[in-house]
Parts: sequence; C-alpha cells; structure tokens
Amino acid sequence: MKKTILTSALALGLAMGAAPVVAQETYFPIIAKGFSHQFWQAVKAGAEEAATRNGVTITFEGPNTEAEIDRQTDILNAAIAKAPQGLGFAALDSQAQVPALQQAADAGIPIVAFDSGVESDLPLTTCSTDNIAAAAAAADALAKAIGEEGQIAAVIHDQTSATGIGRRDGFLNRIAEAYPNIEVVDVQYANDALKAADNVKAMLQANPDIKGIFASNEGSAIGLSVALRETGSDIVGVGFDSGRTQKDAIMDGTLLGAITQNPVGIGQCVVDSLVKATKGEELPEVIDTGFYWYDQSNMADPTIAAVLYD
Amino acid sequence: MTDTTLKTSGWGGSRLFTTATVQKAVAFVVLIALLAFFGLFAPNFATWSNMVGIMQATAVNGVLGVAVTFVIISGGIDLSIGTMMTLTAVVAGLLLTNLGMPLPLGIIGAILFGAFMGSISGAVIAYMKIPPFIATLGMMQIARGLALVFSGATPIYFNDTPNYGLLSPVSSISALIPGLEIPNGVLIMFAVAAVSSIVLTRTIVGRMIFALGSNEEAARLSGIKVNRWKILTYAISGGICGVAGLIVSARLNSAQPALGLGYELDAIAAAVIGGTSLSGGRGTVTGTIIGAFIMSVLTNGLRVMGVQEEWKIVVTGAIIIVAVFIDIVLRRKA
Repeated sequence: MKKTILTSALALGLAMGAAPVVAQETYFPIIAKGFSHQFWQAVKAGAEEAATRNGVTITFEGPNTEAEIDRQTDILNAAIAKAPQGLGFAALDSQAQVPALQQAADAGIPIVAFDSGVESDLPLTTCSTDNIAAAAAAADALAKAIGEEGQIAAVIHDQTSATGIGRRDGFLNRIAEAYPNIEVVDVQYANDALKAADNVKAMLQANPDIKGIFASNEGSAIGLSVALRETGSDIVGVGFDSGRTQKDAIMDGTLLGAITQNPVGIGQCVVDSLVKATKGEELPEVIDTGFYWYDQSNMADPTIAAVLYD
Repeated sequence: MTDTTLKTSGWGGSRLFTTATVQKAVAFVVLIALLAFFGLFAPNFATWSNMVGIMQATAVNGVLGVAVTFVIISGGIDLSIGTMMTLTAVVAGLLLTNLGMPLPLGIIGAILFGAFMGSISGAVIAYMKIPPFIATLGMMQIARGLALVFSGATPIYFNDTPNYGLLSPVSSISALIPGLEIPNGVLIMFAVAAVSSIVLTRTIVGRMIFALGSNEEAARLSGIKVNRWKILTYAISGGICGVAGLIVSARLNSAQPALGLGYELDAIAAAVIGGTSLSGGRGTVTGTIIGAFIMSVLTNGLRVMGVQEEWKIVVTGAIIIVAVFIDIVLRRKA
C-alpha cells in the first residue's frame, strides 16, 4: 500500500519532467565506507553519472571514518527500511554486516557490493579492484626501480580491512615469489598522513639501507611523500590511489609513481549492475573494475587522467 | 580566606605546587631513562636526525597538550581539541587558498576562530551548566562536522601560499646557525609552551585558572567571576588548537578534514604523564611538554627497534596508568 503511494508519487514526479528511462522510478541507496577521502568522492561521481544515464535516483552515504563499522551498520539499516529497489554496499567489515544484509535479501532487495567484498553469497556481484593484483603491480614497479635487489619496507593503511590485507599480502607475496634478492625489513600500519610521515622517518632511521617503500593508500602515501621530502631521502617511493599531494609528489620526483584504482568506474559499475539486477539480468560473481600504474610518463594520458582525482 | 585559597591553590611555594614539581621531575627522569635505554639498545636511535624527527613528531601533540593543560588545571576537560585543530586548519585553508588572503591574516584568522569556538564550549559549560566532558564531546562532533562541511569533505591545499611551510617543516633557525636544523613547527611548540607557562604562573589569568580548578565554590564565594574565567580558559585552549592546526596543515601542505580524531586523547595523556592532575588545580606546561616527548620517544624508539605499532599503544596505555598512580601517591603524601 505504502509502496503504491510512493510509486505513484514518484510516477507523478516522472511525469513532471524527470528522465523517463525506466517505467517505475527506481531508488538505490549507495553506502560507502566513508566520504572524506577523495577516493569516495570519485566513486560518488561515477555513481551519479550512471544514475543520470539510467534515469534512477541514488543517495550516496557513508560514515565519517573508515573505522566506524557500527555507524555504517546503522546507515545500512536505515537504507533497508526505506524499501529501495536495490542497494549498493561497501562493507567496512567483510563478516560483521552479513546479518543486516540478510534482512535486505529477505525483503527481496538486490544487493551489489563494491570496493570490499562481503563474505557471503548475498550480493549479486561485487564491483571492485583486484587489490592483490594491483599491489603486486606496485611490487613489480618498485622492484624494477631498485634493480631487483636490496631492502624495502611498506606502510599499510590498516591491518583489518579487506583492502588493507589484500594490498599488503599482494605486495609481500609478489616480492617473496618473484624477487629473491629483495628483503622486506619492515611493515608498519598508518592511515593518518601525519602518523605515516613519522612512521616512515623512524623506518628510515632504523634501516638506513632501505632502497624503497610502498604505501598502500592515499593517507599513507601522503605521509610517505612528506617524510621523503623532509629527510631529503632519494629512495624509491611507490604509492596507491591519487589525490593532489600524491600527484604533485610524483610530478616533482619525490615518489616514483602509484597504482590508481578506477573509482569512477566502481561507482558506475554499482549503479549499472543494480539496474541490470532490477531487470532480472544475470551478473558475474565479481566485476573487476581495473587498475593502472601511473608515473610522470603517463599521468597526462586521457585514460589515466580520467581516473585520477585531486 | 580569599587570600589563602588563592595562594595555596595556585603558585608560589605551596605544597600542591611542590607535588606537581616532583611529578614533573619524575617525568623528566623517565624521559632521560627512555632516551638512554633506546640509545643503548636501538641501533641508529641516537643520531641528530632522529632527534629532529622526534621533536617534529612531538610538535602537534605538544601544542595540543598545552591547550588541554589550561582546561584540566581549571578543573575541566576538553575532548574537542583534536577535531578543533582540524577545523582551524580548514579555516586557514579557506582564508588563504579560497579567499586568497595574505599569510598573517590566515594565521590570525585560524587562531581567533579556534578561540571563538573554544569560548562557545566555555559558555555552554558556564551558563548552561553542562559538564565539560559532555559539552566538549558535543563540540568535538560539531568541529568535526564543520571541518567536513567547510571543506566540502575535500583536502584544501596550500600550494598558492608558498610561505606556508614556514609554519612547520622549514627550519629558519638553520639559516642563522648552520647545522641546527630544527623545524619551525618545533620552535613554535616551544614558544607556545613558554608563553603559556608564563601566563599560568605569573599572571592573573593563571591565578584564576588555578583557583577555579582548586576549589570553584571558594573562588565564587571570594568574588571571582567564575563564568567569565571559565569561558576565557576554553577560549585559550581553542586558540592554541588553532596553532596546532597551522602546524599540522603546514607540515602536510594541506588541511585534511578527516584528520584529528583521537588526537585529544594523546594530548590528555601527555598532560597527565607530565603531572597535570585530572582533578584540577595542579599542573605545569613544562610537565606536559615532557609528557609529549615521553610519548614520541617511546613511539619512535619502539619503531626503530622494530616493535610493532600495536605494542607501542599497549605501552603508552600502561605509562598513563603508572603516571596517574604516581599522581595519587604523591597527593596522599602531600
């Protein structure tokens, strides 16, 4: 009953000039892990673009920080209560939020996971970067730059999330498998740029022979570039994601380069997949939205520039 | 009555003051012991560049520690200092980058804005009678929300203000004395500490803050305008947070709107380790700076030794408990 009123109200809205692409006005809440990092803003931009293209309505929400699992669960429950036609969700915890998602599934709401997967078969698909492959590509670039031998280290943004674990293991495993002459002397954790900077300085202090450091997200990469600039160190720094500080650091040679995901593509993939799901189309288990290595040489390429953000 | 309350509560050779001094001395000995320990057992720890690194890692927490010391001595607490730092950094960004104001105006604007927000906390506590813990918990969220709103949840960069680095990473003193490469952010911390120490121990403002923290009721009965001094205390705290906001954003060359959560706890820990009593009326700025150094020497030393971050957090927690225990023991004796 309630839904009928809602639908007719929305239909009225449609009649009054909204893009009439699908017969019934469709609403998808998209719940991210946060919104303050530029990465999420880029995902949002992609999702909004796809929403306009498909003539659907979306909202894009997330907790203030990527540590607030409970807050995100509240947002998720509130979104489910609105009885939307589909739900996009980037889980802060790959297991803890399965019960809440089960409610959505029970209510017949199609779920598309993005960024981090959920350890359950509830989501119809997951739009994400293959973090293990992306971090392995960072390892290859770093290894090549230091001549495939010597000491290296890593600053990882956290030790519990799927992206943190995936990038750490992807990086470390690639080094272990492919580069027998490279030794990883230290792995530290910091997401806060200021703490990451002090972390890296202590790391360089403890291991004066370090030849390269990998930082696994925007915050830790800002810290890495600040530390290298302050110490005047000429070691090879490799980052992840973009943001203006990181891009500037690559342009001026403080960092060698970085891996960028395709956040705009992730946002588009979520909305496009939800639209397909409402039409009953089959979706693959995982949709790899891809990643790119970028450095001074290709930052201006249109393909790369499109996925980098300030 | 009035005179004795003020004298014994504040400064100038009272027993309470002596206790704070003893605790400060204990903290100083602990700091020296830590430096000696890491110097002996952590290879590469005892180098000049690492000492500079430690000082730089202390700057933000030290300044925030000084901010919260004022409030704790007055018998209150300020949980908003971390996000207030972030908010003032964002305000500096708005003034300098978005409005293109000259650097001095940006600096003054950030500090005044911090003081303004602090005075709101103070007024809420003084006139609405909301306990400081709750009032500043609210302000912590307000500041965090405003930082995101003002910045549009986007970092603000200071590339258009080339001199902004003067506020933290640049070392002006090394131009005067070659080799002494102490970054300006560290010097600013020491300057803030020196001025604050003078204000607390040698001015009427300090005397009133100590009087509030020792016995607010007695202060009120003796005719002190308690509410006004309270508002001033929180305004000072907010203004000093503005200085911290400038240092952190200059070091990162950007105001990061999501930064700052949890910084308040590190600052309170620095004050407590340095002998400032959470029950109010007792504490020193030098103690807080020593406390902040203890925390960053520990962090740096354990890291240089290759100990994982997780254990460093455990050790810091244990040190806070020990510091408060020393506080209790000394108070019992006094």
